[in-house]
Amino acid sequence: MKFFAKKIAALLFTMFLVSILTFIAFNLIPGDPVQLMLGTNATPQSLAEMRSQLGLDRSLPERYAAWAVGLLHGDMGTSIQYSRPVSSLLWERLPVTAWLAVLSLLLIFLCSVPVGILSARTNGTPVGKFLDSLTMLNLSLPGYFFGILFVWVFGVLLRCFVPGGYVDWREDFGGFLRFLFFPAAAVAVPNIATAAKFLRSSVLAELDCDYVRTALGKGCGRSAILYKHILKNASIPVITLFGMMTAEVFSGSIIVEQVFSLPGIGRLLISSVSARDFPLIESLVVYIAFFVVVANFLADVLIRCVDPRMREKA
Amino acid sequence: MRDESEFQFRLGIVLLCAVVLAALVSLFYTPFDPYAMNTAQRFLPPGLVHWFGTDQFGRDNFSRAITGARYSLLAAGATVVLSGVAGIALGLFSGYFGGPVEAVVMRLTDALSSFPGILTALVAVSVLNEGRYTIIPALAVAFLPSYIRLARSGAQQCKNKEYVFAARACGASTKRILFRHILPNLMPTVVPSVVIGLSNAILAESGMSYLGLGIQPPIPSWGRMLAEGQAYLLKAPWEALGAGLMMLLTVLGLNALGSSIVMHFTDRGARRL
Repeated sequence: MKFFAKKIAALLFTMFLVSILTFIAFNLIPGDPVQLMLGTNATPQSLAEMRSQLGLDRSLPERYAAWAVGLLHGDMGTSIQYSRPVSSLLWERLPVTAWLAVLSLLLIFLCSVPVGILSARTNGTPVGKFLDSLTMLNLSLPGYFFGILFVWVFGVLLRCFVPGGYVDWREDFGGFLRFLFFPAAAVAVPNIATAAKFLRSSVLAELDCDYVRTALGKGCGRSAILYKHILKNASIPVITLFGMMTAEVFSGSIIVEQVFSLPGIGRLLISSVSARDFPLIESLVVYIAFFVVVANFLADVLIRCVDPRMREKA
Repeated sequence: MRDESEFQFRLGIVLLCAVVLAALVSLFYTPFDPYAMNTAQRFLPPGLVHWFGTDQFGRDNFSRAITGARYSLLAAGATVVLSGVAGIALGLFSGYFGGPVEAVVMRLTDALSSFPGILTALVAVSVLNEGRYTIIPALAVAFLPSYIRLARSGAQQCKNKEYVFAARACGASTKRILFRHILPNLMPTVVPSVVIGLSNAILAESGMSYLGLGIQPPIPSWGRMLAEGQAYLLKAPWEALGAGLMMLLTVLGLNALGSSIVMHFTDRGARRL
């Protein structure tokens, strides 16, 4: 219980720092945001009015407090570009990005575990070398390039899907998921390579341990050693990796949404960066970072559940 | 394993030399002017004259791709130098001194690394005034945490070693201990992470340029070429493929070089079950 209290305190503290960093970044912007909003022909009076309306005439800590309280209540101000509350924009776009992330994490898990195990088993043989080269090749291209490749091969040439023919999730959920398959695969491919490579070296590192020699000595079969003994130990760093990978998946989906014209958080973010819509960027950034922090926290908790040694240590 | 690390080392050097050479040659000579538009020559397929074909303005894709190499390599190099120098210095100091300095630096690093890399770069691009070089500090901020962590854990491991005590007993200054004694011992981890950092920086820069937030047109960049090529995939996929190929060769070269260095230092033999 003490462990959880500590972990949760650390989690909250990191979230606090994340919000501070974001707030500072967006309040250091050179130039006057009010001037930017009202244009060049604003009178000093209208500028002052707008400033007090936005609360920009107060001190920095006061503004931070007001902003943070709003954030916790889900009240994130109004987007300049859309003239709509940020929260309604967020809720509208969230399902697309959430399903994209879930699908790609699923793909990463389903592909990287078998590939990682296979490449550890075949380490040093031609098959292993082939898998290594394949991993290396995958790591040498960004996810969005695979996205473009998929659009070209499966969309333009093979006509498996209509490029840009996004199906709304409220109308046809099955079609929506089908359309998300290729974007999810594009996000997943480089991460599959990373995870497989990581699992492989994690398994290989375990081969040195005494318990493997003991198991071999008592006549345990090779497969049994791998699946019953090694994998349990090798999976611990991999869980941490998956926690960290949520950040990668978000990074990837920001660009891949652009490739496939998916109306998700990523596209919202890019359009708000191009339009310099600061309230919108600020809240999107904070929420994405919060999500990543929580994912890493969950990975930490999961490791504790998997590994009894961690429980005794604390 | 020796063979493999040597093979990867050679592969990396050859690919990198080819790309750097192409970028250098583009300073003096390109087959065609990378900026000259020629509407009569739009969407020409790859051939002996136009190796990667031509784009929607009739510009030669190959000339653009090698000119783009220059800017991509430059941006990536500057990013890694900036974040590497700042991150390693910060990490060494905080790891060596420990205490509250370390706690503050590490908490901030944790918070900074909670933002997915591209998100940090997006924030930095939107916060810093738009300019030709904005992409470099923007990416440098995103790459900072990895170097801080690396240098800090290295300094922690080394600070109680005898050679550090010896240096201190000789009256060496802290700066000297950190940069002349500890840092050289961290090279086995720093060098590969710089090489891999370069490949990540190239990928990140191309991503930002693909989004239109990196290197600004008309300067050619691989990411921009991918974005423009994507619009004409049906008619002329070669623009996107050419830019992708250049990126693949560069990043593959860097990755091969990086992993050969790691292998050289760790040398995990060809063990298998």
